[in-house]
Amino acid sequence: MNLDQYTVDELFRKRLGLRRQLSAVEGLQPLRIAVLGGTTTHEVVDLLELFLLESGFKPVFHQSEYGRFYEDAVQDPADLIAFEPDIVYLHTSCLNVQSVPPVHCSEDEFQGYVDAEARRYRQIWQSIEQNVSAQIIQNNFETPPYAILGNFDAVWSGGAVRYFMALNMEFARSAATDPRLLLQDIHSLSARMGTAQWFDWDRYFSYKILTTTEANVAIARSLTSLVRAMYGKSRKVLVLDLDNTLWGGVIGDDGVDKIQIGRETPVAEAYTAFQEYCLSLQRRGVLLAVCSKNNEDVAKSGFEHPSSVLKLEHISCFKANWEPKHENILAIAKELNLGTDSFVFVDDNPAERALVAAQIAGIAVPEVGAEVSRYAAILEAGRYFEPVSMSKEDLSRTALYEANAARASSEAQFANYGEYLDSLEMQAEIAEFKPVYLERITQLTNKTNQFNLTTRRYTQADIEAIAADPNYIGIYGRLLDRFGDNGLVSIVLGRREGDELELDLWLMSCRVLKRDMEQAMLDVLVERARAANIRTLKGFYLPTKKNGMVANHYEKLGFAPVSLDSETNASAWSLDVPSYAARNRHIRILELVHG
Amino acid sequence: MASSTKNGDEILAELQEIFRDILDQPDLILTRASNASNVEDWDSLAHINLLTTIEKQFKIKFALNEIQELKDVGEMIDLIQRKLASQ
Repeated sequence: MNLDQYTVDELFRKRLGLRRQLSAVEGLQPLRIAVLGGTTTHEVVDLLELFLLESGFKPVFHQSEYGRFYEDAVQDPADLIAFEPDIVYLHTSCLNVQSVPPVHCSEDEFQGYVDAEARRYRQIWQSIEQNVSAQIIQNNFETPPYAILGNFDAVWSGGAVRYFMALNMEFARSAATDPRLLLQDIHSLSARMGTAQWFDWDRYFSYKILTTTEANVAIARSLTSLVRAMYGKSRKVLVLDLDNTLWGGVIGDDGVDKIQIGRETPVAEAYTAFQEYCLSLQRRGVLLAVCSKNNEDVAKSGFEHPSSVLKLEHISCFKANWEPKHENILAIAKELNLGTDSFVFVDDNPAERALVAAQIAGIAVPEVGAEVSRYAAILEAGRYFEPVSMSKEDLSRTALYEANAARASSEAQFANYGEYLDSLEMQAEIAEFKPVYLERITQLTNKTNQFNLTTRRYTQADIEAIAADPNYIGIYGRLLDRFGDNGLVSIVLGRREGDELELDLWLMSCRVLKRDMEQAMLDVLVERARAANIRTLKGFYLPTKKNGMVANHYEKLGFAPVSLDSETNASAWSLDVPSYAARNRHIRILELVHG
Repeated sequence: MASSTKNGDEILAELQEIFRDILDQPDLILTRASNASNVEDWDSLAHINLLTTIEKQFKIKFALNEIQELKDVGEMIDLIQRKLASQ
């Protein structure tokens, strides 16, 4: 079901019915969210529940009494601890701030007020971090509803507008340095809507609900994209139509000289601006793909137009032909090795949008209309590509996929596969978890679906705890080759049970499939197991809809079958450690200097 | 704005649709005597959702003191009718 097609009023009114339908879907991922609010939060929570259900989560909520966020977090956290939340959402507003400077506050005193309030919030976050292993989401503050000094309120040290700008800066600094703390940017969210549409004073005075239903939908949507990002469910690919989407006109009819792109007309300006927006997404790691009904050579000529901002090199996958669009999009998903639930499709033609939305599971098809000047704002409002942080991985992902294409073309020239693997000059760094990689390790456990034997998800707090626990052996693998650094691509996590090591997790990024990386990982794992006097490795395969490719993983690595559950097809495997002989032939293991 | 005329039965029919959606009870029958104690799940949170939806549906805005006075559906209908007539 796609909630995008419902208006705010319909969502609100038909919520329980929608909830019933969305809850009936199988395989939803459980999620426990504690909401500590400075105002009444039930409407935000009701809407959030809908959007999370739509995103494949099954949320359970715990809500504080309104206004008791500080007490519930710091003074009496027993309820919070008992609830065992995965996420704690602190929803507070400018009304919940204590140290607001008086209007006669001097420049010298100003920072003291900011620091006092920032300290109070840091105390809340620290208390939560110490008491529960949850990710914290804290929103920053709207611009206050009144500026009693007018424009000067943003300047003067006793001005509320200036004060909340300063406090928001403090929150941003905290979130930038604390990986357990995510910031929800309500300041921007409310500004885009306008605070006159944001605050709902009647409902505040009657029920302590501070914001309008429209605002609460925006808050719930933005929270959902943060949660999706936390669990690696942000979207990764933008699939674009061409004619009247990336340029004005029909290139097959009008010819490349006549399409509208560049600076000559308002329409051309608007298409140029949208191409620039797409390019900015590409530069931060979103993959662009083309899906167009055109002859391929004609379609490609559009990117050679001197005013085209997008060039062919920015497009990771290009499909221009006369096949139905949903078939082409499935082909794109296959080539990029990504699920269609990570795709967003933009097309000016409502019939194509309807077809793709109906035929492809999980794809986002925003109602962009046919007015190019609106496309970017509508895409933005969907918050499809939300990151929780920017890693080097994100910024260089596009380059990685380009290098993959180069590898694929060199694959054809070799007599046998081993020769090809040797030609890649692969080197791997394989070692036990270390702090610098914990964020990436968490990210991989949450977004790897195909090469994943157990599909267990971990929060950063879980991984930190595991890294510090001597009962676990956690191994990561980073693979380099002559085309570049593939980054950290594989994780194996074993838990000691007597003289056995139970493998809770074995996963690998699909971009290094068939590179013998799993053999290299096993060699190092066995080495570590021997050093810890482990005699047996126990592997488990828990089948899901997506991990069929690793059904024979342990068998291929020489494990012996132990058991098979005839109902679920889950299987258990074992490997004798003392008799194991190293299997990796094609990857050179880099020696690490420990310390 | 021109004042709109809706009789009590028309308003009751629209209210019944709203109650059915908000309470997710597709077969609910509403009468003027319906109130929070004889309609299942009509609790204080549902009440807020009902009033929010009624304001949107009829394009009216309840005054703060009016909200306190609504004891049953009959009073709701009368208040909505007065509001519509005075617009």
